[in-house]
Amino acid sequence: MSQQLAPPGPDRTAAAPAKRKRRVTRALLRNPMAVGSVVTLAAMTLLCLLAPVITSHDPMYSSVEHVNAPTGTEGWWLGGDAQGRDMWSRLLASIGVSLTAALIGTGVSIVIGVVFGLIAGYVGRAIDSIASWVFNLVLALPTLLILIVLLPVTRGSYQLTMLLLGVMLSPGVYRLVRNMVIGVRRELYIDAAKVAGLSTWRILTRHVFFVVRGPIVIQAAFIATICINVQAGLAFLGVGANTPSFGSMISQAFTNLYGHPVQLLWPTLGLVALTGSLILFANAYRDALAGTTTAARRRSRRAIADVTRHADEAAPAAEKPTGKALLTVQDLSIAYPRPDGSLNEVVHKVSLTVDSGEVVGLVGESGSGKTQTAFAILGLLPHEAVVTAKEASLDGRPLLAMTPAELRKLRGPGVAYIPQEPMSNLDPSFTVGSQLVEALRRTMPRVQARQRVLELLARVGIPDPERTFDSYPHQISGGMAQRVLIAGAVATHPKVLIADEPTTALDVTVQAEILDLLRELQRELKMAVLLVTHNFGVVADLCDRVVVMRDGRDVETGEVRQIFSRPAHEYTKSLIDSILDEETLRTDAPVSKAKEGAR
Amino acid sequence: MILFLLRRLVSGIIVIVVVTSLVFFLTYGTSIQIARNILGPSASDEQVAILNENLGLDRPLFEQYFDWITSAVHGDLGVSYFTSEPVAAALSNRLPVTFSMVIVAVLITLIASLALGITAAARGGVVDRVLQSIGTISYVFPVIIIAIGLVYLFAIVLRWVPSIGFVPITRSPGHWLASIILPSVTLAVGGIAGLAAQIRGSLVDELGLDYIRTLRSRGVSERAILGKHALRNAAGPALTVFSLQFIGIFGASLFIERIFALPGYGAYAMNATVQGDFPVLLGVTLVSVVLVVTVNLIVDVAQGWLNPKVRT
Repeated sequence: MSQQLAPPGPDRTAAAPAKRKRRVTRALLRNPMAVGSVVTLAAMTLLCLLAPVITSHDPMYSSVEHVNAPTGTEGWWLGGDAQGRDMWSRLLASIGVSLTAALIGTGVSIVIGVVFGLIAGYVGRAIDSIASWVFNLVLALPTLLILIVLLPVTRGSYQLTMLLLGVMLSPGVYRLVRNMVIGVRRELYIDAAKVAGLSTWRILTRHVFFVVRGPIVIQAAFIATICINVQAGLAFLGVGANTPSFGSMISQAFTNLYGHPVQLLWPTLGLVALTGSLILFANAYRDALAGTTTAARRRSRRAIADVTRHADEAAPAAEKPTGKALLTVQDLSIAYPRPDGSLNEVVHKVSLTVDSGEVVGLVGESGSGKTQTAFAILGLLPHEAVVTAKEASLDGRPLLAMTPAELRKLRGPGVAYIPQEPMSNLDPSFTVGSQLVEALRRTMPRVQARQRVLELLARVGIPDPERTFDSYPHQISGGMAQRVLIAGAVATHPKVLIADEPTTALDVTVQAEILDLLRELQRELKMAVLLVTHNFGVVADLCDRVVVMRDGRDVETGEVRQIFSRPAHEYTKSLIDSILDEETLRTDAPVSKAKEGAR
Repeated sequence: MILFLLRRLVSGIIVIVVVTSLVFFLTYGTSIQIARNILGPSASDEQVAILNENLGLDRPLFEQYFDWITSAVHGDLGVSYFTSEPVAAALSNRLPVTFSMVIVAVLITLIASLALGITAAARGGVVDRVLQSIGTISYVFPVIIIAIGLVYLFAIVLRWVPSIGFVPITRSPGHWLASIILPSVTLAVGGIAGLAAQIRGSLVDELGLDYIRTLRSRGVSERAILGKHALRNAAGPALTVFSLQFIGIFGASLFIERIFALPGYGAYAMNATVQGDFPVLLGVTLVSVVLVVTVNLIVDVAQGWLNPKVRT
């Protein structure tokens, strides 16, 4: 159940704690769930404090005349239990016991968890690994059984039992605090230099205090519920000292379930009101920390659904395939819904074409929308993305109107993709070979697919294809992984290959080899290639034409040679200049040599 | 892989030794009147001294613990102070009841959590919200209330299943199932809430990763992406939560056995607690810790098997 207590990462707003505190308090006050649960908790505490005044009998006093007395009896207005005790006064006493149990258990676990979490997170190393080992050990214990087995030691006192429970629940708090301290400390390494004067410890405790406080309140609420439920559970089992408790009331009512089921109602109501308000408060507090409310989330969900529906209706009608180029994109826009339902457009009316056998570069800095454009063509944008276009077609077939199944059939033989970061684009749990074979199994039997993948691995320059075929991704190098991904992309003879910065993540020497490989494969298979890159060197090396993008717009389109000699747009000029500088700095010899060869 | 397993095994043995010695020293070390408890207030001091000697309670604690653990290794857990029944024999009579219930509960938890978690991750919407509600409900309503509610509904109002009692599977599998289905379902409710939420969370995280997009770009079906690739990679964190849920289910079985009057290890342990029957308490502790350590070890092996970096 610990995942419900998952901490939000270190909060950047920690820098303005006072402001954040006010914001959270305001958000809580506006949330009826939070207010309701706090009021319930306060009312129950008050009732239990006023018990001597508002009850007429001791919770342990039994009266023979009031055995199983019905609700509303004079002086026993919630009725009497099977031993003739006043249910009302027992209920109030039970609230007190539950609250005490919660306070002890929660207090102990928070103190232990925070102290050791701070030390382990701050000092690190040996202490951290020892503490983490011990707390993991505690986490793996059968808590309830150990509490019961140790009852002879605690002499049945529920307070001592709750103390033990607090110790056994402390690993959750420990983990939370430790991870957050480590997170804060990592961020502080950068800031620490700026803030001379203050000791790291001082900054750490101040930062950590504000960062950790919210998640700890949430976790404390959950721990309090666990304590209350365990206390009630043990009392239900009838082990431990004979104190009035929800558990013993439920146990009593359970034996009376056939005759007087109403007796079960009061302790259940009391217990659920208590734990329920704790949990609902924790949920509301979490929402307040995250700056969302359930209502707002629901609103935004509805808004997004509306937007997507509109887009779905609009898109197919707007598409009129002209079928001139192999890949035609005209006035492509991509937008994402904001939480309030309005649209945030990130790509604005981009147009490009790629003819068969042609290599087109899509150039721009990071954030210019080039990768978004590429993913839109592949149909691989996140679900919430709203894509509209006057035309987006491959081989005359409209892309945006396709069903997911049609799109899936298109991927592979129609359009294929080479990613930027090779290592994160292979499934770590499966062998390289099995991942590549999987895509081919749609069209050929397993043996043949395996044969084809082995051939391809050899073709992309992998020295020992058999071995790489059976390797897991973590066993091969980044350059090898990129060759594998290229093999995976061309395996299905795609008409269009979309390569997203295929060399950026690689060493300079490997970059040149991969570019050479791409050029060879493109000629061999007569593929059209859309090459997404920020590097004009790569463009000059491989491309026939180029589309320059900036801030989600296409600012210039043309032949590579023409753009290099007479860039029309200021931005293109600066891009070429800056990248030439970079080239000379890197002394990227193989690329420039290949460039001359290409012309 | 072998080294990894050995390390986990050693760590498991340490846990067993630490916990049993902790319980041993806490119980024997703090209670000075074991023999007096057994014989009752009317016994003479002489009788008490003789019993103390017979039980070996006059010897140093460390010696007693060493004796206990060496015979425990040989499967001898001593005899009950009060019934003189061997603890090991008593446990082997009672554990099948508990295990029937826990195993069925674990199976229900696994199947339901996978179904709910996968659906919630793939579809979102209603299933997702139902899952969140189950989570809150399982926290707010303690297992005893859920159990009593189910008994009231299914055994008393609807009369679909017997409300109490246990039928061994060897006598009648049908009646066996009828006798444990309600307890098992009750136990599973809490487990499903935690595990399904974890499966959903890990799956959603996995589905956002780069390699999933690349698999999609090759035309791999959504079914294979979700059921094969994402699930395989999400299984690690889910297994860790599963081992915690198992401990929770095993612990909660104490309540369930009481409510459904099942003759499992719970009533045995509870009696021993009330009486101060220490050999029984130690035996129950040992069995539960060994069980927990074994489950954790199995989960570790599964983790290692799932993760090629550990396996190869």
